[in-house]
Amino acid sequence: MASLAPLPGAIVHDEVVPARAPWLHRVKRGETLRIVDLEGNQAVDFLVYAAADDAERYCAQTTIAAQGSIYLKAGAALLSNEGRPMMTITATSVDYHDTIGGACSCESNTLRYGHHTKSQHACVDNFLDANARAGRGKRDMVSNINFFMNVPVEGDGALGIVDGISAPGLTVDLRAEMDVDVVVSNCPQVNNPCNGFNPTPVRMIVYAPETVAA
Amino acid sequence: MSQTADPYGAQAHARAMAGTRVEAMPTVPAAADDAGGPVVWEETVAAGGYASRRIARGTRLRLVDLHGDACASVLLFNAENPVERLNVADTLKVQWNGYLGAGKLLLSDMGRAMASILEDTAGTHDAFCGASSAASNARRYGEGTNYGPHPSARDRFMLGVAKHGLGRKDVHPCINLFKGVRIAPDGTTVPEVGPFAPGRHVLLRAEMELVVVLANCAHVLDPRESWSVTPLRATAWRGPVAAQDDPVRNATPEAARAFLNTEDYYLR
Repeated sequence: MASLAPLPGAIVHDEVVPARAPWLHRVKRGETLRIVDLEGNQAVDFLVYAAADDAERYCAQTTIAAQGSIYLKAGAALLSNEGRPMMTITATSVDYHDTIGGACSCESNTLRYGHHTKSQHACVDNFLDANARAGRGKRDMVSNINFFMNVPVEGDGALGIVDGISAPGLTVDLRAEMDVDVVVSNCPQVNNPCNGFNPTPVRMIVYAPETVAA
Repeated sequence: MSQTADPYGAQAHARAMAGTRVEAMPTVPAAADDAGGPVVWEETVAAGGYASRRIARGTRLRLVDLHGDACASVLLFNAENPVERLNVADTLKVQWNGYLGAGKLLLSDMGRAMASILEDTAGTHDAFCGASSAASNARRYGEGTNYGPHPSARDRFMLGVAKHGLGRKDVHPCINLFKGVRIAPDGTTVPEVGPFAPGRHVLLRAEMELVVVLANCAHVLDPRESWSVTPLRATAWRGPVAAQDDPVRNATPEAARAFLNTEDYYLR
């Protein structure tokens, strides 16, 4: 599968987030964030907070209810807990992304895999680390998006993180519909296939709007 | 002259209301003739109403859909440290299933069993679609404020958590009991909103010291044009904590570790 063509606007930020690392970035209304899955099947755990009032934040349940589907595809509006669009998935070269699987944590790892995993790095710790720089804490943790992660639900409700459907160079493009803080954990999980058992870097490119409003 | 023109008349007017019974109200002191132990909470939550309550570890909390159209949206907090709360994503992911029912656990974001579902005669619940908001109710019903006829579950939650010192940031993803959402093979959400037979119930056991917040508002995916919801009964009674041979505890290795983590927390 080929990656998408570069976006038309000027690049205002371009950064590679190392494997296992957190990332915090303000994306202004009208800018587009492109996430590049550089090496393929790297889960990018993703939260969004309104810059004007960070009690307004991405709400997975509101987003699912409004679009009538658990999968995030091209065209999806990422809604806040107040029902407002925060970002739009304007394009993606992966069929769908997850927003029911949540983030791995040291604590939930003890349930999923055993207490021997307690000391392993986890997405919740990345979220706490990144959010702490913006004055946010544990009460600001909510259900997140997992770009490039695959969580199917079977007829009897069985669900789980299974082998991914992404590949090296695939992308997702997100246009900010308001000024937002994007908070990312480049997932360090090594106990399930969300990163192909091998966490890798991802690239974050922010494009300015093609034309700036007067 | 009006009966309430002076404080004495106003007092008499107010006191004349004593003893009034309506369907949606708390019973104080708490009492119920169909509870399984000493009753600590008995309240019928209005259609569109909310309630919040601290309950002790081991407490049984029975929710009854009295007339078949209740939607019990639920938040859970560790009463001693409310920054620990129900984590819906972990609840589903750790148990490898998206549908709540008897034998399932409600897990905290700290890897602990917060509550067990001991009984469920409904079978239609929702862990995917969350709370209605003022915006979603305004779109569907033309209005969605806390002071109007179609309040939203989110705004009810905001009031419920406020009474325990919590705020907007603490209204976390919720579960909806009695109104169901199934997931079709293509990922589509399929609502199951009834109305259902009256009297269906869910029995929970608190595995931690909890603040329970309930909102009873029309489900966010309810397709009916009119705002449709009926009262919800909550009854809680004292009970023992889960035994070592408890069937919920021992149902899966993940559940067993969740109980171990809860018990570890209470080693003090």
